[in-house]
Amino acid sequence: MTILPESTDKKLGLVIDLDTCVGCHACVISCKGWNTENYGAPLSDQDAYGANPSGTFLNRVHSYEVQPAEGEAQLIHFPKSCLHCEDAPCVTVCPTGASYKRVEDGIVLVNESDCIGCGLCAWACPYGAREMDQEENVMKKCTLCVDRIYNENLPEVDRVPSCVRTCPAGARHFGDLGDPDSEVSQLVAERGGVDLMPEQGTKPVNKYLPPRPKDALPEFDVLAPFLEPVIAEPKGFLGWLDKALEKI
Amino acid sequence: MHPAPSVIIFTTFSGLGFGLLIWLGLGYPSVTGWSAFAFFAIAYIMAVGGLMASTFHLGRPERAMKAFTQWRSSWLSREGICAVLALIVMALYGAGLVFFSQQWTLLGWTGALFSLLTVFTTSMIYTQLKSIPRWNQTILTPANFISLSLAGGALLAGQVTAASFLLLIAGLIQMATWLVGDTRFEQAGTDMASATQLGNIGQVRAFEPPHTGTNYLLREFVHVVGRKHAQKLRVISIILMAALPVILLLMPFSHFLALIAVVAHIAGVLVARWLFFAQAEHVVGLYYGQR
Repeated sequence: MTILPESTDKKLGLVIDLDTCVGCHACVISCKGWNTENYGAPLSDQDAYGANPSGTFLNRVHSYEVQPAEGEAQLIHFPKSCLHCEDAPCVTVCPTGASYKRVEDGIVLVNESDCIGCGLCAWACPYGAREMDQEENVMKKCTLCVDRIYNENLPEVDRVPSCVRTCPAGARHFGDLGDPDSEVSQLVAERGGVDLMPEQGTKPVNKYLPPRPKDALPEFDVLAPFLEPVIAEPKGFLGWLDKALEKI
Repeated sequence: MHPAPSVIIFTTFSGLGFGLLIWLGLGYPSVTGWSAFAFFAIAYIMAVGGLMASTFHLGRPERAMKAFTQWRSSWLSREGICAVLALIVMALYGAGLVFFSQQWTLLGWTGALFSLLTVFTTSMIYTQLKSIPRWNQTILTPANFISLSLAGGALLAGQVTAASFLLLIAGLIQMATWLVGDTRFEQAGTDMASATQLGNIGQVRAFEPPHTGTNYLLREFVHVVGRKHAQKLRVISIILMAALPVILLLMPFSHFLALIAVVAHIAGVLVARWLFFAQAEHVVGLYYGQR
């Protein structure tokens, strides 16, 4: 049913550390690998080895250059996937009930056998988290690896989303953001985690940890101005060459 | 937004078809027999043809029946239900006029109401989307759709006086929708800083997209090609949609001039609907440093 639940028992989601992410795209590959062969239709590619490759991805890593008023520009890698919003606009627009938000854990899912591929949910999502698969013609989105996190056939260490399990930098964290005592909630409180596009009113569950302030460049010694200046004028052969070239 | 022909044809022709059904339901013109049949045939070809075109937009049209289930939250579902109800009620009303020369007024009014609701619910599919600020205009977007539907319907129903007034009103609302729409993206306050939440460090620039190739999101939401001639197309659209038909209606009536007025109006609305999609900017473009 596409009415959103009043509240959910848990708010499972991701916390993504923009300070730590190195932009290796391992999460993108592991997401595609896991989700193309598990829950729902495969994530197809079109013209994969041709001139214009394109495909369905549930997680994509952008890179931004941020130029402060003073100092060096920073390069920030920015993984983006479904934020499992509390007020998910993608769910309420769905005409068939294929899109829904689970009461037990807050995960936003698509029941692909009910999806008519109208694309309205992708239009409603401000984050570009939903992509229509060009092969199956149904809407694909991050499932928070619902087929891993409760899967008792997997070793306990693997019962987290594939992207989290793979991240070599430890930039991705998974947990219950509805529980203020959970590790992810503590991390968000400690590091000042933020919502993307808060003005869109979607109340995302996933949070982003902003990059920590960069170290400032070391200041020169206060005595530096009193030091003997480095000779700027060349002497000897180089001095003669310099003067000779000036005259030409 | 990608201006898909299926949605442009759908909104234009189903708007006109249901607009004509509104007038027929209210008893303008009061016709029976074969002439009623002709009017109803035109209305149904447009309304049903438009709805059929919209199913070409679906990835899985064979499951379209499921779209009638979520009326409690989904404007798209509500639209489907209103459209079917309007078409059923108006078919009964039309049958009375065509076969029994009976005008069942209450049935006509009910059909007109559902036809109006169909156009309104269509407009709300677009109006509700906060992610597309140009469409997210609570009053003007529905007013734009409804006024064009009523004006086009009046034109098709041969209601010369009503059509002249309504075409002028629809033209003015169309212009207001464009002008206010131009300011909506800035008003919405969504920019690269809010999208990335990196604005407090400095000026954000998209350095590298996630993939070297394009993707569904860019194809569907970041359509910049069509915006180049937007201002010229707006002028062309207004002239065809409102100005020319009104001038033709003010001239002594002839069926030939009326036909030109109808063709011009439809062409103008098609251009306006093309712009409606081509000029709509989805906030997701910001993640790619585009609009």
